[in-house]
Amino acid sequence: MIRKLPTLDFQSVSRIFSGGVYALKEVSFSIPAGGLTAVIGPSGCGKTTLLRIAAGLERATTGSVKFIDPDGGAYERASENLSVCFQDARLLPWRNVTDNVALPLELAGVSRNERIARANQVIAAAGLSSAQARLPAQLSGGMRMRVALVRTLVTSPDVLLLDEPCSAVDEFTRMQLDEEIFRVWQVSGATTMLITHSVSEAVWLADQIIVMNMGSIHEIRKVALPRNARNRTSAAFLLEVETVMRSLACAAGVVVE
Amino acid sequence: MKRVMNLIRMIAAPLIAVACILVAWQIAVMMSGVSAFLVPSPLAIGQTMWASSDRLIGGAIQTAMASTIGFVIAAVIGILVGSMIAAVPFLRRSLYPLATILQMVPLVAVAPLLVIWLGFGLPTAIAAATVVAVFPVLAATIDGQVSVDPGLREFFLLHGASAWTRWRKLDLPASIPAIVTGLRIAAGLAVIGAIVGEFVSGYGGPNAPLGIVIMTAMREARTDLVFAAIALSAVVGFALFGAVSCLGWLLVSRWHASGVNTLEQSK
Repeated sequence: MIRKLPTLDFQSVSRIFSGGVYALKEVSFSIPAGGLTAVIGPSGCGKTTLLRIAAGLERATTGSVKFIDPDGGAYERASENLSVCFQDARLLPWRNVTDNVALPLELAGVSRNERIARANQVIAAAGLSSAQARLPAQLSGGMRMRVALVRTLVTSPDVLLLDEPCSAVDEFTRMQLDEEIFRVWQVSGATTMLITHSVSEAVWLADQIIVMNMGSIHEIRKVALPRNARNRTSAAFLLEVETVMRSLACAAGVVVE
Repeated sequence: MKRVMNLIRMIAAPLIAVACILVAWQIAVMMSGVSAFLVPSPLAIGQTMWASSDRLIGGAIQTAMASTIGFVIAAVIGILVGSMIAAVPFLRRSLYPLATILQMVPLVAVAPLLVIWLGFGLPTAIAAATVVAVFPVLAATIDGQVSVDPGLREFFLLHGASAWTRWRKLDLPASIPAIVTGLRIAAGLAVIGAIVGEFVSGYGGPNAPLGIVIMTAMREARTDLVFAAIALSAVVGFALFGAVSCLGWLLVSRWHASGVNTLEQSK
């Protein structure tokens, strides 16, 4: 069966909080079917609000987010096709890794045998089999996030929303998690939106970068680097990082020498 | 091995304290020459316990039955009603303050009403135990369930979980540490409630509950028997408290700090 991955289309999305504070102002962009788009910007620029609207956890004050099928059909949201990984792992502390990974299937009503088999399959593919009987308290912060990332795969999502999954880990663990995010994106093939603070992470992972500031889009940038050239120490990679960094600084009104 | 040593230390410390108090009490009674009618010595109480063991054990079984049944009913009502109040904001605003006010009503004042409704005997003692034990479970359940991690709630919402599913798989298990704390308090209160219920509704006989044993012994000026019955009611309370603590430890020790602390504190 050929999967029909949707395009994620943000159409003039605004979000106004009480007191007339704009979290988002007329944000419009598309994430191509099967693509990975990173949204970067300083704290408070509206990145997470954007993701929460896409996930259906918040409503846009005006505008909308549409999931557009290749055959042209558009729909608001279908939870069975969407997986979200948040900044914190959000694992149930009384359940072991397998049962946590299987939870989305359990909530979808899948039988125990079937969901455990599927959970063990994605856990094994991530190289986490040795941890499957452990409780979250017995795992490091990085491991917990890996489990949360692996859990997004268990429902074979068409759309993947990742809200700063690496924000609470050290630099080395971040690089390991980036590898995991890349693997998860490749395995799922899903249309993916990644919220991040890290420019190098965005350049390493994404094929499109949205630079945001104060609730608006400053720049929509296609990452021109081919996948096999995304070596973190290569000149082309570092140049791309610097270019995005300048765009980000320009958006925030910071002078870069 | 380390856990066993911790457990031994945890049990040994209070036993040593009790032994010291009993020795000091015995010496004080012997030295002061105070009348056995006012304060009998621990040895005299021990002899009475031995001599009246049939009567005391029969009474303890009756009181334990009333306390345990009352406690279980309080636990079920407290958890179910507490969960409902926690889930519905209107109920939280309307019923919770009412429950707090009702908690302030002294049980001794309510107990005669229970006799009018339920008559003399075990049902009134059970009801009295339930009435005093239900509030700590109710309050702990509400606190536990309104404090569930909003992130986890959001996760369940995202996956389209119904309110019933969320309660079974998230709210209830997440609030178990709080509920266990409430149950521990309720265990001690249930015995107090049962004894008060027996004071007003119990009747004598070979299987008279401890509340009646205490009242009868008081009228017979048997202070040693009063002390012996009080000691046994404390044992009943401690057994119920211990059973709840063990259950709580089994349920939460692997994943929650409150379970770990029980052993940590004993070091």
